[in-house]
Amino acid sequence: MIDLHGYGLSIAHGTLLTVNVSLTSLAIAAFLGVLGALAKLSGSRVLKLIAEIYTTVIRGVPDLVLMLLVFYGGQMLVNQVALNLGYEGYIDINPYIAGVLTIGFIFGAYMAETFRGAILAVPAGQLEAGEAYGMSKLQVIFRILLPQMVRHAIPGFGNNWLVLTKATALVSIIGLDDMVRKASLAAGATRMPFTFYSVVAFNYLIITTVSIYLLQWLEKKYSLGVKKD
Amino acid sequence: MNFSIIAENINVYLGGVVVTFELVSLSLIFGFFIAVTLAVLLTINTNAFITLPIRTFVYFFRGTPLLIQMFLVYYGMGQFELVKTTFLWDYFKEAHFCALFTFALNTGAYTTEIFRGAIVNTPLGEIEAAKAAGMSQWLMFRRIILPSAFRRSLPAYGNEMIFMLHGTALASVITIVDITGAARIINSRFYSPYEAFITAAAFYMVFTFTMVWVLKKLEYRWLAHLRRDDSA
Repeated sequence: MIDLHGYGLSIAHGTLLTVNVSLTSLAIAAFLGVLGALAKLSGSRVLKLIAEIYTTVIRGVPDLVLMLLVFYGGQMLVNQVALNLGYEGYIDINPYIAGVLTIGFIFGAYMAETFRGAILAVPAGQLEAGEAYGMSKLQVIFRILLPQMVRHAIPGFGNNWLVLTKATALVSIIGLDDMVRKASLAAGATRMPFTFYSVVAFNYLIITTVSIYLLQWLEKKYSLGVKKD
Repeated sequence: MNFSIIAENINVYLGGVVVTFELVSLSLIFGFFIAVTLAVLLTINTNAFITLPIRTFVYFFRGTPLLIQMFLVYYGMGQFELVKTTFLWDYFKEAHFCALFTFALNTGAYTTEIFRGAIVNTPLGEIEAAKAAGMSQWLMFRRIILPSAFRRSLPAYGNEMIFMLHGTALASVITIVDITGAARIINSRFYSPYEAFITAAAFYMVFTFTMVWVLKKLEYRWLAHLRRDDSA
C-alpha cells in the first residue's frame, strides 16, 4: 500500500463528494433529457425550437466554458438581483450548486438526444394500442412509452453517464472540495503530485469499471423479453 | 452587457484562437498515428506481451478524466528524478508540451478503440478478395483494410474530434492562453463574466460547426457506397 501521509481519509471524503455530484447531476440531466426529448417530439413549434437551440448550443461549447459562465455569471446575476431587491450584502454562490446545475444542464442536452432516439424506437402500434384501451395521454407515456424506451436508451444513457462522471473533475476548478481538489491540496503539501493524482485516477477507474458492469447487467435485464438472433 | 470590452481586446481572443487551433490539430495528428499503429498491432497480435500494454493504455485513458491525466503529466512528472534531472525536464516543465502530450495520448486511446472496432468489422469478402489476389498482409492492410476501416469509422471519429476540440479548453487550467484562457484573462481584468465567456462560447461554436460541416461533406463523399438514397 502506498503511503498517503495521512491524506487518505480526506481523499475518501472527496471521493464521496464526487459520487454525490455525479449522481445528483445525473438526476437533473435525466429530468432535463426527458423534457427535451418530449419537447423535440411534440407538435409545438416553440417547444421544438427551444429544445433544438438548447441541444445545439450545449454541444457546440466546451463544458469548462459553460461551467465558468454559470459560476462567475451566476454569481453576478444573483448579487445584482439581490441588490435590486434591496439586499446590501454579498452572496457567495455555492460551488456545489453551480457545479451540479451546470453538469446536469450540459448532459441534459446529450440525454435529450439519447431519449429522443429511444422514444422513436418504440413501435407506434404500441402507443396506438394504449390509446385504443382508452388510456389518457399521460397514462400512455407512463405505462407504455417510458417502460419500453428504457431498453433502447440504456446504451446511450450509459455512455453519457461515463462522460458525465469524468466531467465532474471540473468542479474542482470552481473550488468544490471533490477528490481532485483534495488531491491537489495534498499534492501541494507533500510535493507528491504524481502519487495523489494516481490515487484519484485509480478511483475514477473503479467508478467507471463498476458502472460498465452495472450497465451491462441492466441492459441484459431490460432485454429479457427480446429475442436474440 | 458591454461588448466594447471584447472589441477592444479582441487580440487576446485571436491569439487564443491560434493556440486552440494549434493544440487541436497537432494532438489530432499525433493521436491519429498512435491510434493507427496500436489498432493494427491489436488486430494482428494475440501475444499478451503486446496486447496487454496496449489494452491497459486504452483502458486507463478512457476510464479517467482528461483533467487528471493532464495534472499527472504537468504536475506529476516533476516527482521523478529521472525526468527532473535529464533533458526530459526541458519538455515536461513546459505547460504547452504537457498539454499537447496529454491530449495526443488521450485522443490516441479513444481513436484506437474506434479504429480497432472498424478493422475487426471489415467485411470478410474484402479480406478474402485481397488474399485471393495474392496480397501480403502488409499490402492488404495498406490497400484494403485500412482505407475501408477509415471510411466506416468516420462518423465515430468525427465525434471524437469534436470532443478533443472541447477538451483543449482544459489547457487554460495549466496557464495556457487558448480561447478559454483568453476569456479568463478578460473576466479577471474587467470582472465581466458574461461578455468574456459568451464570446469564448461563440468562438467554440463557430469552430465546432465548421468541423461538423466539413465532416458531413467528407462523409457524403467517402461513404458514397453506403448511401441509401440514389439522389446523388
